[in-house]
Amino acid sequence: MSITPPEQKVWFNEPVEKTEVIWVIIALTWALIMFAMMPLWHLKGTQNMSNEAYRIQPDVYQARVDAFVEKFKVGEEGHAKTPVVRPPAGSDVYMMARLWEWYPVLELEKGKSYRLHLSSLDWQHGFSVQPANINLQVHPGIDEVVTITPTDSGDFGIICNEYCGIGHHTMLGKIRVVAGK
Amino acid sequence: MVAKPVFRTCGFTGLKIHDEAEKLIKINAVTAIVVLALGGLFGLLVALTRWPTVHLLPADLFYLALTAHGIDILIVWCIFFEVALMYFASSILLQTRIATPKMGWVSYALMVLGAAITNWKVLEGNSSVMMTSYVPMQADPLFYVGLILFAVGALIACFIFLGTLVVAKAEKTYEGSIPLVTFGALVACIIAIYTIASGAIILIPTFLWSVGLISHIDPLMYKVVWWGMGHSSQQINVAAHIAVWYAIAAILFGAKPLSEKVSRCAYLTYIFFLQIASAHHLLVEPGLSSAYKIFNTSYGMYLAVLGSMIHGLTVPGCIEAAQRRKGFNNGMFEWLRKAPWGNPVFSGMFLSLILFGFLGGISGVTMGVEQINIMIHNTIYVPGHFHATVAAGTTLAFMAITYFLVPVLFGRELILPGLAKLQPYLFGLGMGVFSLFMMGAGTLGVSRRHWDMAFSDAPHAFAHAPAAFLMMGIVGVAAVVAVVGGALFVLVIVGSVLFGKPVVHAPAAPAPAPSPVASYGNAEHVAVPGTFALALLFLTVFVLYYFVNWKYLASTWIMS
Repeated sequence: MSITPPEQKVWFNEPVEKTEVIWVIIALTWALIMFAMMPLWHLKGTQNMSNEAYRIQPDVYQARVDAFVEKFKVGEEGHAKTPVVRPPAGSDVYMMARLWEWYPVLELEKGKSYRLHLSSLDWQHGFSVQPANINLQVHPGIDEVVTITPTDSGDFGIICNEYCGIGHHTMLGKIRVVAGK
Repeated sequence: MVAKPVFRTCGFTGLKIHDEAEKLIKINAVTAIVVLALGGLFGLLVALTRWPTVHLLPADLFYLALTAHGIDILIVWCIFFEVALMYFASSILLQTRIATPKMGWVSYALMVLGAAITNWKVLEGNSSVMMTSYVPMQADPLFYVGLILFAVGALIACFIFLGTLVVAKAEKTYEGSIPLVTFGALVACIIAIYTIASGAIILIPTFLWSVGLISHIDPLMYKVVWWGMGHSSQQINVAAHIAVWYAIAAILFGAKPLSEKVSRCAYLTYIFFLQIASAHHLLVEPGLSSAYKIFNTSYGMYLAVLGSMIHGLTVPGCIEAAQRRKGFNNGMFEWLRKAPWGNPVFSGMFLSLILFGFLGGISGVTMGVEQINIMIHNTIYVPGHFHATVAAGTTLAFMAITYFLVPVLFGRELILPGLAKLQPYLFGLGMGVFSLFMMGAGTLGVSRRHWDMAFSDAPHAFAHAPAAFLMMGIVGVAAVVAVVGGALFVLVIVGSVLFGKPVVHAPAAPAPAPSPVASYGNAEHVAVPGTFALALLFLTVFVLYYFVNWKYLASTWIMS
């Protein structure tokens, strides 16, 4: 029994029954298939995390975001008057997290790619684009670059899904995806 | 002068019980159950706040309750109970005295003190940093001190367990190898030791940072090391509750492992492959390469998953073999139908096995895939997964064995046997539905650790799908059912300990005297077709669910 010492002093020499052997082989095969899926998706799939990230000082990041907003600003939105920015397709676009806002509002074209920069000025935040259901972690001091291509048009909410203090639930930003010309 | 150890013989099981060990087991188990009640209450408050139409607490109290719930249940309840299990698996199963009982009390005092300090700081309201306490968000310095003291206490308990194994070996109280259940506890103990080391490496500098002696802690480094503690600590639970499954199979059915070799090797995979697999918490973290993520989640996680899949076959397999030897041989499933479903020791254990495997295991492996994690990270899917593993798996298994231990250690019959019979179903099925619909809501993008899924004060507007609100409502209802189940457990156990009738010592279970050395392993070559069919059903569900998630991932935005 499992609560008494094994019957065979050298339990390692016990023969193993067929059912167990078959199950171990099946389970191992399945584990190998699951392992193979991850590198395969990097080759064939189109949703992968970028490995591009740089150390950056928060004030340097903020300066870049400010310059970006100034260059491409087309309006304001929401009761905080968050600037709406419409950058050209294929360019570097910036999203900045801080307690408790996402800045600015991005207006992107459907089907076009952008190099999206993400960073935080203070604490960790979670970048959750809904309902597209993309969830990335945002760190202070790290400039993370992900190339994204929106495939649906419409307004997308950016929810902060890493707890960041009492105003966490108000930290809602926006990405607007418009149909191309 | 060391007093001569005092033993009594349990009239119920024939086990030789060391007086000091018994006291330590009782106090740790009772404390665990008190903490379970407290943590469960916080859990109820959290669930009632996330139920959209109830939305009970204001935001600050919600985050406070959530922090307390996480720490009390995931750490304090589980570890107190595991300490009791380690003492049981060493001293009682090996029929020996416990090593250094005085240190056992020191360990207990440190754990209580640490848990109390951390709870005090959380309830004071300035340490709502969540169970993960990521820097640069800062808690009160004493919050970290409490966690460190608790960990030191637990570490001492681990060494007492190891010391007891040494004593048993030296005093030759058993022959050959340690029993499988003790082996499982040993695996839990080894994982606990390196988990606590990882916790010390991160929490001590974080404490120094919180009092201003260190100026900066890198948030990414913090997470890498923190998860070395965070996830491995859950593997202590897994190793411990699987030991409980084997123990219950042996106690109720006299089941032998199908083969010692397979079960023990499956346990070893946890020790060898789990630690660095904590990378699966960092899959959408910037600054870590895909190569690192894939390497650690493949070798580290899948080989540990392999261990769990093997236990998933061998535990019900040994029950099936035992039942078939008793003559329940009709068809594939007579052994299971004729199992004692009215006995909470069995129903709790078997529900724990099924829910842990089907809900917790499959969801955990799926969200541990580098790319699929993009859709799941930090959504409420994550607590859906770990409530299936920790609440429906570990907690339910611990509840089940408690129903056995109360008559043995406290010598009391259960009060309210009708409610005790119902309890595992209420708690297990409530938690199962709760977890399942949390996963559903997470797939629709609902965040975890979030006070207001309606975003009423936000600068922009966003509305979740109506189905997400419906699912969170179902989550709320199921949570209430589970909490009723949990409260019944506390009621029955505390009531039995205080007011239960003394047990009349009719030897109800066979004394676990060593059986004659007559056979090979393989539970004497009884075939287990029913278990194999269940395992194949499990695999089918697993494969389907896994690939559905890839398909779902392929429909979101293109990213590289």
